[in-house]
Amino acid sequence: MADFSLTVATPERRLVDERATEANIPGLGGYFGVLPGHAPLLSGLGSGTMTWVSGGQTRILAVMGGFVEVLGDSVRVLADNAKPKEEIDRAKALELLKQAQQALSEHPDQWQDLTEALQRAQAEVDTAAK
Amino acid sequence: MPSLIDIRRRIRSVKNTQQITRALKMVSAAKLRRAQNRVIAARPYAQSLRELLENVAAAAAGDPDLAGSPLLANREEKRVQLILMTSDTGRAGAFNSTLTRGAEKFYEEHQGEQELIAVGRKGRDYFRRRLRPIAGEYIGVLGKATHADAAGIARETIRRFRDGEIDSVYLIYNEFKSVMTQKLTMIKVLPVELPEKKETRDYIFEQPPLEMLERLLPRYIETTIFRGMLETTAAEHAARMTAMDAATKNAGDVIDHLTLTMNRARQAAITKEIIEVVSGSAALD
Repeated sequence: MADFSLTVATPERRLVDERATEANIPGLGGYFGVLPGHAPLLSGLGSGTMTWVSGGQTRILAVMGGFVEVLGDSVRVLADNAKPKEEIDRAKALELLKQAQQALSEHPDQWQDLTEALQRAQAEVDTAAK
Repeated sequence: MPSLIDIRRRIRSVKNTQQITRALKMVSAAKLRRAQNRVIAARPYAQSLRELLENVAAAAAGDPDLAGSPLLANREEKRVQLILMTSDTGRAGAFNSTLTRGAEKFYEEHQGEQELIAVGRKGRDYFRRRLRPIAGEYIGVLGKATHADAAGIARETIRRFRDGEIDSVYLIYNEFKSVMTQKLTMIKVLPVELPEKKETRDYIFEQPPLEMLERLLPRYIETTIFRGMLETTAAEHAARMTAMDAATKNAGDVIDHLTLTMNRARQAAITKEIIEVVSGSAALD
């Protein structure tokens, strides 16, 4: 079966470097799927749960902002921050989410920055729940 | 000739120093390994980001609004900002003086008003003593530099550049070449000089290239500063390890020499005593 190389890196470390047969990535404009042979694509990365299939198993990762490049045989995800499910502290993530919601309702004028914080917290909570 | 007791006292003192230098060397060796791993771990992201920037820059080259991008604005260098990275503590040989000398040279070569952002205590202390204006200081972050620290420095720098408070930004740090050598490196951070690329690929752009570029540039600057921090940390530990290794060896040499002097003095004292006994008994005969 055809596959492609998938790498996920944050500024501090590389989290994923393996072969995958399909991936579902949260782009800035919404989730998009990648299968082998995808056309070259560049996109901003949104916040959410990224899933991919490697060796018949589905894996997940919370990603928060960044960039994605799909080029031929490789998909590179450059995330501002990313966390595997094991590393997420659910209670802490929920707390952050609540704080972000609170902040947004108090300062609706700074919605741009605050929405981003909210989405990042939401990404962690969602991933932890999967 | 110094007395036996004096020499013994000195030997003890040098031995104490040697214990400290040896401990420091071992601590640095452990920290160096960790710092090196972090440099290596950060490489894939930095490498990919640079390639991405090349691609996006090539695609955005045709955009007429490109010249108006605030982080690419080339202005006359009236106010120059220098980010200088040094270590927080000494005992690293010429590590910090190489950096401060590099900064001095930079000051001589650049016209206009200059201000310093000191990352690391040694650089701040050096220029504070010389009464140079220090616009910002980040002390104690290099030991366990996180990307968030670098992003904080980058954000403030970008804001000031965007607002026209500064016209260009340079970064001076020590690059980790090997355990024995560090290389003084200077990089122009702002305005960003876009990397050139010969061949271009046709990508599907989910967002317009220029928009992508403006999202990429701040990350690129953060990564540059972050890399400087990691390299400087690794180089610092390497320099300290080398310096402390030499110090430990030198202390050993001093101890050997002192021990020899001590034995000679002891032997001389014994000989003198024997002569005294012998000549005393000879006088009785």
